[in-house]
Amino acid sequence: MEVCNCIEPQWPADELLMKYQYISDFFIAIAYFSIPLELIYFVKKSAVFPYRWVLVQFGAFIVLCGATHLINLWTFTTHSRTVALVMTTAKVLTAVVSCATALMLVHIIPDLLSVKTREMFLKNKAAELDREMGLIRTQEETGRHVRMLTHEIRSTLDRHTILKTTLVELGRTLALEECALWMPTRTGLELQLSYTLRHQHPVEYTVPIQLPVINQVFGTSRAVKISPNSPVARLRPVSGKYMLGEVVAVRVPLLHLSNFQINDWPELTTKRYALMVLMLPSDSARQWHVHELELVEVVADQVAVALSHAAILEESMRARDLLMEQNVALDLARREAETAIRARNDFLAVMNHEMRTPMHAIIALSSLLQETELTPEQRLMVETILKSSNLLATLMNDVLDLSRLEDGSLQLELGTFNLHTLFREVLNLIKPIAVVKKLPITLNLAPDLPEFVVGDEKRLTQIILNIVGNAVKFSKQGSIYVTALVTKSGTRSPDFFVVPTGSHFYLRVKVKDSGAGINPQDIPKLFTKFAQTQSLATRSSGGSGLGLAISKRFVNLMEGNIWIESDGLGKGCMAIFDVKLGISEQSNESKQSGIPKVPATPQHANFTGLKVLVMDENGVSRMVTKGLLVHLGCEVTTVSSSEECLRVVSHEHKVVFMDICLPGVENYQISLRIHEKFTKQRHQRPLLVALTGNTDKSTKDKCMSFGLDGVLLKPVSLDNMRDVLSDLLEHRVLYEAM
Amino acid sequence: MGLVKMQKSLQDYTKSLFLEGILDSQFLQLQQLQDESNPDFVSQVVTLFFQDSDRILNDLSLSLDQQVVDFKKVDPHVHQLKGSSSSIGAQRVKNACVVFRNFCEQQNIEACHRWLQQVKQEYYLVKNRLETLFKLEQQIVASGGMIVAFEPGF
Repeated sequence: MEVCNCIEPQWPADELLMKYQYISDFFIAIAYFSIPLELIYFVKKSAVFPYRWVLVQFGAFIVLCGATHLINLWTFTTHSRTVALVMTTAKVLTAVVSCATALMLVHIIPDLLSVKTREMFLKNKAAELDREMGLIRTQEETGRHVRMLTHEIRSTLDRHTILKTTLVELGRTLALEECALWMPTRTGLELQLSYTLRHQHPVEYTVPIQLPVINQVFGTSRAVKISPNSPVARLRPVSGKYMLGEVVAVRVPLLHLSNFQINDWPELTTKRYALMVLMLPSDSARQWHVHELELVEVVADQVAVALSHAAILEESMRARDLLMEQNVALDLARREAETAIRARNDFLAVMNHEMRTPMHAIIALSSLLQETELTPEQRLMVETILKSSNLLATLMNDVLDLSRLEDGSLQLELGTFNLHTLFREVLNLIKPIAVVKKLPITLNLAPDLPEFVVGDEKRLTQIILNIVGNAVKFSKQGSIYVTALVTKSGTRSPDFFVVPTGSHFYLRVKVKDSGAGINPQDIPKLFTKFAQTQSLATRSSGGSGLGLAISKRFVNLMEGNIWIESDGLGKGCMAIFDVKLGISEQSNESKQSGIPKVPATPQHANFTGLKVLVMDENGVSRMVTKGLLVHLGCEVTTVSSSEECLRVVSHEHKVVFMDICLPGVENYQISLRIHEKFTKQRHQRPLLVALTGNTDKSTKDKCMSFGLDGVLLKPVSLDNMRDVLSDLLEHRVLYEAM
Repeated sequence: MGLVKMQKSLQDYTKSLFLEGILDSQFLQLQQLQDESNPDFVSQVVTLFFQDSDRILNDLSLSLDQQVVDFKKVDPHVHQLKGSSSSIGAQRVKNACVVFRNFCEQQNIEACHRWLQQVKQEYYLVKNRLETLFKLEQQIVASGGMIVAFEPGF
């Protein structure tokens, strides 16, 4: 029986039950009063509690419940009406509040639950983020390692350093136990262990390339996990370790220079790979992570590139060394050639003189001997000597000429001569032989062929003589036709255009014979030195084969062309050549005589009263030019600037002499403006002559292009000026040759 | 001295000028242009030459003495002088001008100074000689003689 220190009223027999009820109600009341207090206390402590109103409500509910139970205490005994009233009020209130609370909880509890779910969700998220952070950090680490590795690898161009560095850095980064590189041998059938990180290995440790594991690795560009027991991985000394660490292998493509096309990237169809094998430490239970594998793949690529760079560099160094050697050799060869040429030139120079002197002596004395009294046999002998020495002299001349021609040191000796006479003389030389061989020669000169021309008479004679001589030499029967004409257009070779300029023309000579003819295949060889067509018949006719070569050189010097046409063996052939000759000014008009025309202009006759204008900025030279012209009888006006000149010039002035001193274009403008001024009265325009200090081609061209009628070289002499004026007035154009 | 002697010494003097290269054939041309209608042609031309050249040489000295030499201004002067001297046949002056001009183009200030001095020297030389020549001629004319045209025998 419990002792309670509660109020002890007089209880009936079932007072036990009543007592217990009484006690329970009391404790309930206490509990009900203390719960809200606790709630309030803890909520006040916590900062976050969104439902304060709920709290109040809940508190009220509980308090009222407590009050109800408390008031119950008094209802066990008989109680007054007041107590009953209070009890009822309390109960009513409690009912109201508790219903309200019940209703409200329906709303609130789901909210409170959802808070919980959100909390769960956030926790999950946080965990996930943590994981991702970890991953990113590892990737970042990997990236850093790769960059560092790449930097190390690419900072050198030496193949060995690259590979060694790769292995070392990889080993360090990934904390590997062993790292090895297998390179393909020359034959390509085996892989040879080339580099390892830590362990020494026997030299020439090779593995055949056709192992399945190797093929597997070579087949993909990714890093492949392989068994630690495969031959490529069995590098570590077996030292009783239980668990060999995982092994990964990756291929390293070996790119060759030929793989790099300029415009494409190298295709990875190369067959040659090296194998990189990486082993984790044994007994460490470490696994290969994805990011580590990626690192390995990236590194393998970088190594491939670095290796190819090194290979390219090696090759280019080798090429450069080779070129340098060749250069040196070529230099030496050139110097030797130069020495040889110099020696030859020296030899020729000496021989030229040394050989010709005795030759001349022989020829001269033999000729003299011919003039004396001789018996027929002696005469025959002397003639033979003469003929032979002449031949020899010709041969020597030919050889010396040719070598000079090749040096380019041969200059044409230009002079005026009679072309018609030249042809006739050449034919006269050949006629004796032709008559003996019964070959009539016909000469046909075109009617428009100029008579007096400017050119190298001696060499032209040589050419014609050679060609016609060949025609006679190689013909047994038939006849020979020599035609000479002026050609205007269309020669055989398409890139050789005949442009007849004012004082030049192209002479074409055609020599047709009806002799042995030439095989068209042999034609190109004809002009090479010392080569002769093999026909036996010609062998006996002598000659050194130089003739055509020399003729060709001379023709080329004369800016011409020479070629031979033949229809085949036995059908004869035609030799044609064009050469450029100058037309001699004098006496082509007077065909009847060869006397050069004497300039018949008397001293002052043509020029008295001739109005001329002199423009010169230099006072002294102006005065001098004026003096010249005055002396010749002209009426001279002088101006000192181009503006003044334009103002003063008129149709009365027949000639304007202008001093073109400075190389600018402005000086020539005056010419254009004078042309402009006289566009209406073209025929009244005065002739414009430039006085200048240099008459090179560019100045002359400029003057021509600006419409000047003549160019004179300063300082002008009296006679010069006289000639110039007369020429000008006669022809209305003058370009003084330098 | 006698007229003949004076004439001879004039000839010799003129000859020496040609031999020394101070004058060239252009001067002869000038002499040829002198006739009755134009009796003082040569001396007129030469006087003009002296005036022009004095002016030009002055300008040249000024231009070259500037802090910053404007070669674009110097060149035309030299060209003028070259033209004038070649017109009257002052060979050495002309040659010196040519060299001077080259250095002008190269903008070599030091060489230009040197060659300006050279040009001046040659000019004063030819001026001196020509003045002597004219004096000789005047003496001959004053004595009633005639100036015989100089025939270069070479």
